[in-house]
Amino acid sequence: MTASTLQPAINVLPSKKTPIILSAIAVIVFFCFGLLGNSDSAHFQLNSAGDAFKLPELVFPGKASNIVIGLLLIGLAVYSWLQRKKSKLVATWMIAIAAVLFVLSFLIWVVSGADITTISLASLLAGAVVLAVPLVFGSLSGVLCERAGVVNIAIEGQLLGGAFTAALVSSLTKNAFAGLIAAGIAGALVSLILALFSIKYVVNQIIVGVVLNVLVSGITGFLFTTVMQEDPELYNKPVHLPVIDIPGLSAIPVIGPILFKQSVIGYLMYLAVFIVWFGLFKTKWGLRVRAVGEHPKAADTLGIKVNRTRFWNVTLGGIVAGIGGSFFTLVAIDSFTKEISGGRGFIALAAVIFGRWNPIGAFLAALLFGFADNLQVILTIIGTPVPSQFMAMMPYLVTIFAVAGLVGRSRGPAAAGEPYVKE
Amino acid sequence: MKLELRGISKAFGSFYANKNIDLMVDDAQIHCLLGENGAGKSTLMNVLYGLYQPTEGEILLDGKPVEFSGPGDAMAAGIGMVHQHFMLVPVFTVAENIALGAETTKAGGVLDLQDTRKKIREISDRYSFDVDPDAIVEDLPVGVQQRVEIIKALVREAKILILDEPTAVLTPQETDELLEIMRQLKANGTSIVFISHKLREVRAVSDVITVIRRGEVIDSVSPESSTTELANLMVGRAVELNLNKAPATPGDAVLQVKDLTVVDPAGTTTLNSVTFDIHEGEILAVAGVQGNGQTELTEAILGTQPVTAGSVKLAGEELVGKSVKQVLRSGLGFVPEDRSVHGLVTEFSIEENLVLDLYDRAPFGKGISMNLDAIKKNATAQIKDFDVRTDNPLNPASSLSGGNQQKVVMARELSRDLKLFIASQPTRGVDVGSIEFLHRRIVAERDKGTPVMIVSTELDEVMELADRIAVLYKGRINGIVPGNTSREVLGLMMAGVSAEEAAEQAEFTKSDNEPVEAAPAGERSENQEGEGQ
Repeated sequence: MTASTLQPAINVLPSKKTPIILSAIAVIVFFCFGLLGNSDSAHFQLNSAGDAFKLPELVFPGKASNIVIGLLLIGLAVYSWLQRKKSKLVATWMIAIAAVLFVLSFLIWVVSGADITTISLASLLAGAVVLAVPLVFGSLSGVLCERAGVVNIAIEGQLLGGAFTAALVSSLTKNAFAGLIAAGIAGALVSLILALFSIKYVVNQIIVGVVLNVLVSGITGFLFTTVMQEDPELYNKPVHLPVIDIPGLSAIPVIGPILFKQSVIGYLMYLAVFIVWFGLFKTKWGLRVRAVGEHPKAADTLGIKVNRTRFWNVTLGGIVAGIGGSFFTLVAIDSFTKEISGGRGFIALAAVIFGRWNPIGAFLAALLFGFADNLQVILTIIGTPVPSQFMAMMPYLVTIFAVAGLVGRSRGPAAAGEPYVKE
Repeated sequence: MKLELRGISKAFGSFYANKNIDLMVDDAQIHCLLGENGAGKSTLMNVLYGLYQPTEGEILLDGKPVEFSGPGDAMAAGIGMVHQHFMLVPVFTVAENIALGAETTKAGGVLDLQDTRKKIREISDRYSFDVDPDAIVEDLPVGVQQRVEIIKALVREAKILILDEPTAVLTPQETDELLEIMRQLKANGTSIVFISHKLREVRAVSDVITVIRRGEVIDSVSPESSTTELANLMVGRAVELNLNKAPATPGDAVLQVKDLTVVDPAGTTTLNSVTFDIHEGEILAVAGVQGNGQTELTEAILGTQPVTAGSVKLAGEELVGKSVKQVLRSGLGFVPEDRSVHGLVTEFSIEENLVLDLYDRAPFGKGISMNLDAIKKNATAQIKDFDVRTDNPLNPASSLSGGNQQKVVMARELSRDLKLFIASQPTRGVDVGSIEFLHRRIVAERDKGTPVMIVSTELDEVMELADRIAVLYKGRINGIVPGNTSREVLGLMMAGVSAEEAAEQAEFTKSDNEPVEAAPAGERSENQEGEGQ
């Protein structure tokens, strides 16, 4: 028998997923938001009180703008089909443009059809950042733990524990900073249980995390009814952290209130994102942590103490999430109530995945969820044609689509969730 | 540096993986540990590297006793180890992997990889490794990853380098290059402990060969010993390894695979338009370095891997799109590559494992009931026929050794009337005695007229069994060549060189240069005798 040459390759076209999604978006925008949309105009204010100078109001005629945006999106969809035919992938920035256009068109559609056709874009964004604060801390906690190889489902419990402890300590000591520190300790305590059971006793990390959430919810709920509600003046009247206004800078329209008019926790958030990112990717500590999360045995053969690294990272994650939880009772809300964290720990978990286990990615993902959350609040106020119950679903829908859209493309630390046991 | 192991024993529970082992490695010596899979070579090295604590005995470096509580201590003492399964973080760059654990830092613990990069380039240049410090490890070929491991040890100034089955994952050319690197390291004063069960390599490069069997040192011999001698020492009895199979008498092309393509969920084409036939009464061996589409090919035929395009016809009947059960019923006997995961339910008894895919058919099953007598009778007959070493067919399959487990799988699959027999890595991790047995069974099935497909990463096995050889490279068939094609040509083809070019290059090397390795005359026939695995 003679030798044959290399058999020819056949072309396998890339997945149809992206073109189909882009086409669906284009059709929805063009027909539903455009042709069937309201012909009133949507007004977006860019200024908030105390701004240094005035920016003009943005006005979009509802129907006309959405028909234009719809046509642009149809163009993009057609382009993506053509790209697929050439076996090429659609560039990520084009998908990003499509997403931004879709959000814009949605905003124009709801606002132009609402009872009040004016919303403040400045407060929409500023509010989004505020709502994102606990999510950012929660997701940083998730990043710290998972990068070291421990899945932290207990973020919700850490946020809740932090919120409760902060309220209690701040009320008792009349010192908001004592509350902040106590919140960090509370988060660390939740983490210690997680670390002990998942690292030392090799219990399934998911199960420990879920149990911890239930445990913290139970304890805080019990203490709330038995202690706090007995004497709310004494136990549940936390002193709030001051909002620090940086003069001059905070008067810049739109970005001023976001960056330079925050509570201490708000500023800490920006700092924490940077520190965790820098630590993980630029330092010796980070290299070791990531090695432990990716290939613990390799780290072990190089003399790195795998379980010790994991233990400290989980503890650190707990502190971060605990501080995030204090945001509820030291900044956002007057007093502690049951389940004050409202499932945000789970959204933070989604932000970890959506942000691809990167602190900055997780921060941006948390901002997106915060945006959806705040949008829902504002749109309910202005009275949209969409029932408010559907609006309330929005942050969760965004979460599901964001995470589902990434399945198969996003790869977490290889050893996350797997206990390391020496033979 | 001189290394001495004195009376090392390592017990796991009541089982001794190493028993009273004495070993002496001289300065700048290549000392080979030869033994079958499971003989206790890797355990011994893990003890030396501080991963395991010895139950008894002591380790001496340059005459001084040392104790290692972990790999960190061993490294500090000048011992480096290249594990069989690389200890590299796949998503890190080469420099990050090498820096890990011994990082150079600037103020505040900030990583300084410049220094590491410089060291990598130095070593890379000295041994002409050609390793880019900034490449991501998972993108590198296995051979290069292995060099990264060696650099990792050298950067830590290892005086003694342990190489644990380093050639298992390499193409023959890469293996020759590695042997050359080992000689250079030795010339620079590094002692090497080389763990292997491949006689050809061991004889080519070692200064001393220590044979280990069942956890004990059997003998230390010189590399001049013949392969038969070494094989006998390794197995513990005289082994007859030459298969002497009759030439194939191929009939009709029963299996016709056409343009078979598999794309994995991540969008990578793992099997790319593969086309081949297998005739009645012939063995087609699929050769290739691990991870070039072998798993996908066999699983696509079986039906456990979704097929993107192409067709598989068995005696004219299309298999693609059928359920696994239908495929098996149409006459496929299938030995999966990982017997303990996919070939057996290890918690089930041997008896039950022997009817895993037959339990619902006569004589074993009728309606909702099973005929336990028939199952028992079948087990007794099969155990005898395949010489499965067990005292009770009701023992769990997990109680068997690798070779006996494989016999159970093979017995089950061959007990039906087959139209096609596929065996993936039929003798991986199997002792030499069982290999001989399993190979004979495969050839006997061929002689019954069944088309046989063998997938193996062991070139020796491929050359021993094959009537024709198809080489898989990056998911494509890089040529189908006759079964007597030389090792050199196959090696080049496994590295992506086309069949014609490979033949020319091999010819050129033979006439112009000595092969890198001092291969004795009559290499090929000797290989067949000596290297069962």
